[in-house]
Amino acid sequence: MTSSSDRSGASANSISKPVIEFRGVEYRLADGSQLLANFHLAIESGETMVLLGRSGAGKTTALKLINRLLEPTAGQVFVEGRGTLEWDPIALRRHIGYVIQETGLFPHYTVEENIGVTPRLEGWDRARIRHRAEELLALVGLDPRAYLERYPHELSGGQRQRVGLARALAADPPVLLMDEPFGALDPLTRVEVRQEFKQLQSRLQKTVVIVTHDIAEAVDLGTRIALLEAGEIRSVHAAGKFLQSDEPLAAAYVAQIRALQPEGEAS
Amino acid sequence: MSLARYFAQHGSEILQSTGEHLWLTVVTMLLAVGIGVPLGILVARRPWSSKPILGGANIAETIPSLALFGFLLPLPWLGARGDRIAVAALTLYALLPIIRNTAAGIKSIDPAVREAALGMGMTGRQILWRVEMPLAFPTILAGIRVATVWTIGIATIAAAVGAGGLGEYIFRGLAMVDNNVILAGAIPAAVLALLADLLLGLLERRVRPERRKSRRPRPTWSGTGTAVAAGVVLIALFASVGLAGCGGDRAGTVVVGSKNFPEQALLGEILAQEIENRAHLRVVRKFYLAGTFICQQALLAGRIDTYVEYTGTALTAILKDPIEQDPAAVFSKVRQQYQQRFNLSVLPPLGFNNTFAIVIRGEDARRLHLTTISEAAQYTPHWRAAFGYEFMGRPDGYAGFVSTYGLKFAGAPKILDLGLLYRALLDREVDLVAGNSTDGLLSARDLTVLQDDKRYFPPYQAVPIVRDETLARYPELRDAIAALAGKISDAEMQKMNYEVVAEHRDISQVAREFLRSNGLG
Ligand SMILES: Nc1ncnc2c1ncn2[C@@H]1O[C@H](COP(=O)(O)OP(=O)(O)OP(=O)(O)O)[C@@H](O)[C@H]1O
Ligand SMILES: [Mg+2]
Repeated sequence: MTSSSDRSGASANSISKPVIEFRGVEYRLADGSQLLANFHLAIESGETMVLLGRSGAGKTTALKLINRLLEPTAGQVFVEGRGTLEWDPIALRRHIGYVIQETGLFPHYTVEENIGVTPRLEGWDRARIRHRAEELLALVGLDPRAYLERYPHELSGGQRQRVGLARALAADPPVLLMDEPFGALDPLTRVEVRQEFKQLQSRLQKTVVIVTHDIAEAVDLGTRIALLEAGEIRSVHAAGKFLQSDEPLAAAYVAQIRALQPEGEAS
Repeated sequence: MSLARYFAQHGSEILQSTGEHLWLTVVTMLLAVGIGVPLGILVARRPWSSKPILGGANIAETIPSLALFGFLLPLPWLGARGDRIAVAALTLYALLPIIRNTAAGIKSIDPAVREAALGMGMTGRQILWRVEMPLAFPTILAGIRVATVWTIGIATIAAAVGAGGLGEYIFRGLAMVDNNVILAGAIPAAVLALLADLLLGLLERRVRPERRKSRRPRPTWSGTGTAVAAGVVLIALFASVGLAGCGGDRAGTVVVGSKNFPEQALLGEILAQEIENRAHLRVVRKFYLAGTFICQQALLAGRIDTYVEYTGTALTAILKDPIEQDPAAVFSKVRQQYQQRFNLSVLPPLGFNNTFAIVIRGEDARRLHLTTISEAAQYTPHWRAAFGYEFMGRPDGYAGFVSTYGLKFAGAPKILDLGLLYRALLDREVDLVAGNSTDGLLSARDLTVLQDDKRYFPPYQAVPIVRDETLARYPELRDAIAALAGKISDAEMQKMNYEVVAEHRDISQVAREFLRSNGLG
């Protein structure tokens, strides 16, 4: 079903092995209902793959298959050439930063402690963790002096999301999964943080899979955009050509979203 | 005696019992948390384990404590000491709220938090210790708080198996029908429970994550902190007093036990003072043990060294032999069997015989010139009779009694509670009752005990029973106790029972007077 018509536009690195690859993946619940079907997708090193689709399309499910929070019921997901089931799940997850939709900050930890979770698991010393936390807070636009010692319940929703992003970046993982990371931000801050992230990404060259509903964000951040519907990939587009695509589904999607988000055409 | 005076006089004793009580509670709670929290984690993690674990804890909760003690008594290591039995039973009771709250605390954690932890590559163990336990802690603490308050309350029953604690006063007071004594146990227990509730409540409120504030100055020992600290100091203080009381029981001391009614406590006290005065040994008193079975177990296990038993009870209840009528034969049989089977020495009888007594009003006895039951048989068809439940039901009770003497009464006998029998007789509601031969009222009121001339009632002679091991270690004990042989007549025992039960006199004082007036003290 994958009409990966725009695969050529992937990027210069397309010769190298994909960092993440779905091969014929299917995911069913125990009751038999199918959340993902016939899922093929290859994500190259340093690329930012955007998963776009309506609520309930299966975007979060696809992300969780990558860091093995879920295991495919058929087919395989490969990370750096190895099937996720062959990885030690702990090693796999430490290798992949994960920003979850609901932030999932630890309520009993301060911001600094939240950011420091993975570094601590990796055995970093205190000073290094502190330094890293300050650096990352600054990166996501929060003043370290004001926020390091706060608890999550003392933050706004948007601030929590930014801390969640900082936490995922803490141990500098080569792969980053982001599930609507900027969902709770107001439009202005959203654009700011997006720009920051874009700069960051151009420096760090991580392999990123990001879920968003915002077309402007998708086009601005993504190298490619995968369009999901009802658990299947309908098409994959080079980000630069997405808005002009004549592929009917993409065109329809763009038209619909545009109608709802007139301000969506940023940058 | 007023309550305040009772507290003033028995202050240090009550403090020690409070210490024992706290010690039982602390040990119980440590065990219950050690067992309950892991079980709660299991319940939260593995849904299949929920039914058997929570179901089991629920059932344990419903077993009456005395029955539970009964089940635990015969167990090898556990049954060997009263405090072990008590702690085991209390632990079982304390488990349910701890298991339930641990499971609930873990299950109520925001799934997003657990997903984040998993997604960041935490192992199961790391998630448990760094995320789940800290977040569930306030809920777990709430369960511990409930369990602690329960335990302090239920621990009063530990006195029934000789584990000490504040329950001793409650049992003693109930047996003596003396509210002051009951309150001497109940008030400190209530205070302990309230204190525990308060302190754990404060702690619980402090650890709730939503109450955490950033950048507080580090030493936050404000009001609650001080209260917690004071509580800890208090607990340590009480626990150490309790420990001092529990420890060192065995060296150079003899433990005297008794069953849970006033005559037994009196006999125990007489035995104890006699041992202190004559053998110059330190005596620990473990009175008000809940019945024959528990006394026997305690003796066998060495929790007590001696107590006073009745030959008829020993024969039927312990040796499970049929009833016999000849006092000498019963005594020698009991003595021989106890020696052979249990390595217990049965010393010579103290004198009195606590058996059923057929009682009529003194005026009737004088008017009709009655001294024996046989002589009364011709009048009984015109008399109404009243008996206790026990007399009606026991093999050595009613049925054999009327057939032996060929008795008929005017109408079916009334069945009354033991305490009401004499009242009914004195109020002329009935004309004949069966009481106990040592009841205090027999000496205090115009009542006559008819002689059991056909020797229907089996002998229940009071005999001290001592562990052989103890006699070997303290040979002077045998002479000290033997000096009491034959010294306590029926009338003497009636008088002492009356003083304790009706006049609320202090048991140790009554015992001291008895010993002195018999040239023993
Ligand atoms: N554990 C589950 N049990 C039952 N249904 C589930 C479960 N997890 C996901 N689903 C269903 O699977 C579908 C895909 O869910 P998923 O979370 O992947 O959607 P999504 O694309 O991330 O949506 P959104 O944009 O709202 O986050 C949804 O219809 C959802 O209701
Ligand atoms: Mg989602």
